[in-house]
Amino acid sequence: MSEAKQFKYIGTRSIRPDGFDKVTGRANYGADMSLPGMIWGRTLRSPHAHAKIKSIDTSAAEALDGVFAIASHADLPAVANISIEAGEGSSNLVDLGQNVFAKDKVLYHGHAILAVAARTEAIADQAIDLIKIEYEVLTPVMDILDAMAKGAPILHDNMFTEGLAEKPTTASNVATRHEFKLGDVEAGFAAADVIVERDFYTPTVHQGYIEPHACLGRYDENGQSMIFCCTQGHFDVRASTAALLKMNLSQLKVIASEIGGGFGGKTTVYQEPVSLILSKKSGRPVKMVMERDEVFKASGPGSASRLWVKVGAKNDGTITAMQGRFHYEAGAFKGSPVMMGCMTAFTPYNLENVHVEGFDVVVNKPKVAAYRAPGAPQAEFAAEMVVNEIAEKIGMDPIELRLKNAAAEGTQTIYGPKLKRVGLVECLEAVRDSEHYKSALKENQGRGVAAGFWFNVGGQSSVNLNMNPDGTGTIVEGSPDIGGSRASMQLMAAEEMQMPAENFKPIIADTENVAFSAGTGGSRTTFATGMAVIEAAQDVIRQMKERAAAVWNVTAEQVEWSEGVAINTAGEDRLTAKQICKGADRTGGQISGRGNINARGAGPSFAVHLCDVEVDKETGKVDVIRYTAAQDAGKAIHPSYVEGQLQGGAVQGIGWALNEEYVYSKEGLLENAGFLDYRIPLASDLPMIDAIIVEVPNAFHPYGVRGVGESGIIPPLAAVGSAVSHAIGIPVTELPCSPPRVLKLVQDNA
Amino acid sequence: MAKVHVSSTVNGEVMEFLCEPQETLLDVLRNQLNMTGTKEGCGSGDCGACSVTVNGALVCSCLVLGVEAEGAEIGTVEGVSNKDQLHVIQQKFLEHAALQCGICTPGLVVSTQALLKTNPKPTEEEARYYLAGNLCRCTGYDKIIRAVMDSAETLRGDA
Amino acid sequence: MAVVDYKVAGSIEEAVSLLANAKIFTQILAGGTDLIIQTKAQANPVAVVDVKKIDSMMSATMSDSGLTLGPSMSCVEFTARKDIKAMFPGLVDAAYLIGSTQVQGRCSVGGNLCNASPAADTIPALIANGAECVINGPKGERTVSVEAFVTGVGQNCMAKDELLSAIKIAKPAAGTADAYLRFIPRSEMDIAVAGAGVSVTLDASGTCTAARVAIGAVAVTALLVPEAANALIGSKLDDAALKAAADAASNASKPISDRRGTVEFRRHVVGVLVKRAAVIAATRAKEK
Repeated sequence: MSEAKQFKYIGTRSIRPDGFDKVTGRANYGADMSLPGMIWGRTLRSPHAHAKIKSIDTSAAEALDGVFAIASHADLPAVANISIEAGEGSSNLVDLGQNVFAKDKVLYHGHAILAVAARTEAIADQAIDLIKIEYEVLTPVMDILDAMAKGAPILHDNMFTEGLAEKPTTASNVATRHEFKLGDVEAGFAAADVIVERDFYTPTVHQGYIEPHACLGRYDENGQSMIFCCTQGHFDVRASTAALLKMNLSQLKVIASEIGGGFGGKTTVYQEPVSLILSKKSGRPVKMVMERDEVFKASGPGSASRLWVKVGAKNDGTITAMQGRFHYEAGAFKGSPVMMGCMTAFTPYNLENVHVEGFDVVVNKPKVAAYRAPGAPQAEFAAEMVVNEIAEKIGMDPIELRLKNAAAEGTQTIYGPKLKRVGLVECLEAVRDSEHYKSALKENQGRGVAAGFWFNVGGQSSVNLNMNPDGTGTIVEGSPDIGGSRASMQLMAAEEMQMPAENFKPIIADTENVAFSAGTGGSRTTFATGMAVIEAAQDVIRQMKERAAAVWNVTAEQVEWSEGVAINTAGEDRLTAKQICKGADRTGGQISGRGNINARGAGPSFAVHLCDVEVDKETGKVDVIRYTAAQDAGKAIHPSYVEGQLQGGAVQGIGWALNEEYVYSKEGLLENAGFLDYRIPLASDLPMIDAIIVEVPNAFHPYGVRGVGESGIIPPLAAVGSAVSHAIGIPVTELPCSPPRVLKLVQDNA
Repeated sequence: MAKVHVSSTVNGEVMEFLCEPQETLLDVLRNQLNMTGTKEGCGSGDCGACSVTVNGALVCSCLVLGVEAEGAEIGTVEGVSNKDQLHVIQQKFLEHAALQCGICTPGLVVSTQALLKTNPKPTEEEARYYLAGNLCRCTGYDKIIRAVMDSAETLRGDA
Repeated sequence: MAVVDYKVAGSIEEAVSLLANAKIFTQILAGGTDLIIQTKAQANPVAVVDVKKIDSMMSATMSDSGLTLGPSMSCVEFTARKDIKAMFPGLVDAAYLIGSTQVQGRCSVGGNLCNASPAADTIPALIANGAECVINGPKGERTVSVEAFVTGVGQNCMAKDELLSAIKIAKPAAGTADAYLRFIPRSEMDIAVAGAGVSVTLDASGTCTAARVAIGAVAVTALLVPEAANALIGSKLDDAALKAAADAASNASKPISDRRGTVEFRRHVVGVLVKRAAVIAATRAKEK
């Protein structure tokens, strides 16, 4: 569609328009807003992983000077047992309410039970210390195997596994079973020359955003409410909060602050409904900011998983069958992304025979939230590790093996559609041809390669392009900017309008100032909101032509638009955008264009990563010494921010592979709820991340855009895992590759 | 609890405030002085989002009490630019796209300024280790380090 | 919660007096990088006495007899001292490892010592150098070795009305140098999973004539391991001697399993660190 087209503005590295506020500290994040009369809310959280609540006595807290209100599950209206669309999927409303406030039972260490609003945070904390709660402590289940064992404590008496041939009669901790298949894997394995099967484990991890959840809620006498909060989707906050509190959508205005990281973890609600309840009860605006330990204990995380993968191949590298069985932890309430794990695990391969089963298992940990390509990193880790092992067994280069079986246009996916044109082959070739891949390894070093697939989504976005009398314009959109998307919106408007980018100021409006927009996630923003920007610009151009036509007394068809100028093809007249806008009052009023869409045709983004590590065999320490990330962006609107997504995803994946994991005590209490002992990568841990942007245009976007936000986190788990395996000569099957684990592998196999 | 009166110089300007002894300098900057440029990421000195300088030393403001600011010179992100002129470091962060969500950026700007004052010609490794206390979850640090090295070169006049 | 009262002491005597007359639990505030976190975590009120206006607490002097270190001198200043680094490179390395650059701007060797975390980085290095603590109280001054100063997890030997006023290290004999290494899973920021401080004295032939080996993060306090030192003394730090020292260190360790490491891991790695630190110390000793 746009392959041969020369672009003037997109593809350039402009300065992001919101950047000045960010480098000076002016930008307002979730905790940066205050209102007159504001008071502070703090949350009382469960000290137990699994317990019944026997009694609650708040009398001493209520009597404390400076306490305005206390809220609990009793303040939530009864809601229907339905799903609501929010974030990157749907939530069960009853579960959501019970996660916001525990009802009768606490299901994880840190589970919110009550909230107190007081003049200061210190007073609220004091009040919380005065609240007396009696618990009947229950045995927690902290692991998939324990959760599924016979006689395991059951978290939910009404949980009967769905997706089985026969509905079970006894409750269990397995919420759902999924199954996908193509062809006949048994026949495929029978035809194989070599078969590898392995069990893998990945731990509970957190998205690790640096900004804790923060919100400021106000409920006024008229029943009108406002929430200012950091979120990836303020329309989703509105939907979830209104559903939980039984409000009309028009009663609740949500303003998205700047957001200090989300990665999927800020697509649901925790404190937002609570701040409104406390505001209603106290008559004051209520601000709630999570402490760092609360973020780890009670938000996120990403699912731990147990994965079994079996792959069969011929000696010439043809893969004949792939099979997987995946168990994912959902946390305290059902809803892990195991289904997406099933759908993505083997999708980088063109297969006839593939079979995947997935199980959603509840455990006494915080309810998982989406984490960048939710479900895919775990399953694709297992798949890619086994593919690499097959390559080694048959003596084939792991990139050549993947090229031989690469998914491409026409590949039948396990989840239904056939792939359209995709860029996996191009990514594999880019890595194969890189300087990195040609470089030699030294002693104690190992190399790993891995591929990754993510669907990307489209969805609803609304944009207004409001022109000013001086010919400049405001791009009014509703996608919170988590990584520089405003710069891309500005470039796309400039490209379509054929006018310099500085003419257009992108803003992110609140839920009352722009029409519905789905959240920023699913790698949808540059694709879908971008498409809406383009439509709005096309709408403006149409109107510009009509106004010029009216001035010249010709038809709009006789007007061309070029470089921001309307040209009369039937004569010599020209009118600039500035002139048309200045005279707009005389031709019908100010010009405003809109794009309200449900974007279809999101193109998947394939990624291929290459990692070199060095292992200190005496201590098990792993250092990443070189890293290359190639990914298909379709068309990179702003190359720097596309590279940023590739690099950021790679480093989150590296952390997942090397050191990140939730550590629990026997009693199910989280022991490392802070950045000291939840170890994300530091600047000194890493080399430069070489980002290679591959561009295989997506025919369904005017400029060829594919979302890039998520795929980058998928390959690192196996790229690092395989590199470590290669360095120590022993298969890695458990993440993270922390020093004690790696040392044990080395020592056990010495 | 009785509040303490504190007089401090913040970004060259004398400021006075009242605070309780338990309040940190971070609390004071954000809640008493309305200077929200300095961010809280963890409250325990593990992330660097709250980086400021105290008498020229780079510190985490969450690990300094507000009362300790008495008579001290505090430097925050709000003092890095000069009226409407960005500092070279801030300009380079923008040019290199060294920020995505931007929450770690104020801390990194302050820390980079401190780095380049003590070591105007850092190697990549020195820059990475100096800035190890500034966590970033979005960028993977690549573009941040490039911005830091470019800032160093520009400030030295070597560009 | 916690800090309810803040006072500034102008002298050692004033600080001791404030401690002696305290009505509630009172702690010394130097850099505060441990103290402030601890006070945030507890509900009980704490009073603090800020000692950063006392010159002798914040400075270091080197003389022919050795180093007299003000306990509250910030690490960023301490580690910039080339004269101290020349004489005690291992101790300076250990001090430099505490926290991040931001923490270095405030933290101190004395604070690290008094906080007495089992994993403190400076303590094995101080012990390896035979450092001593000068303690001031209402009854006057007393001196104890660092090994005797630290008495348990987060515990030191001082009474409520006593203050650590100086850390003294005698100038080492000719041909002596120290080294400190720690193991952490990342490259910075982490609490030591194991640590080793080693000081060796070599004669002209390169033979070790004296040594002190201290290990950290593998017991409730840092441990001086004479058996490890004895394995080095009389040798030229050949592989057999190094292995014997490493094994002695591993055998002396009493580690626990926690979120930072397992028993087996710590026991093994502390031996590796002793070996590697001894080699560095010996190289430095030869260069002197």
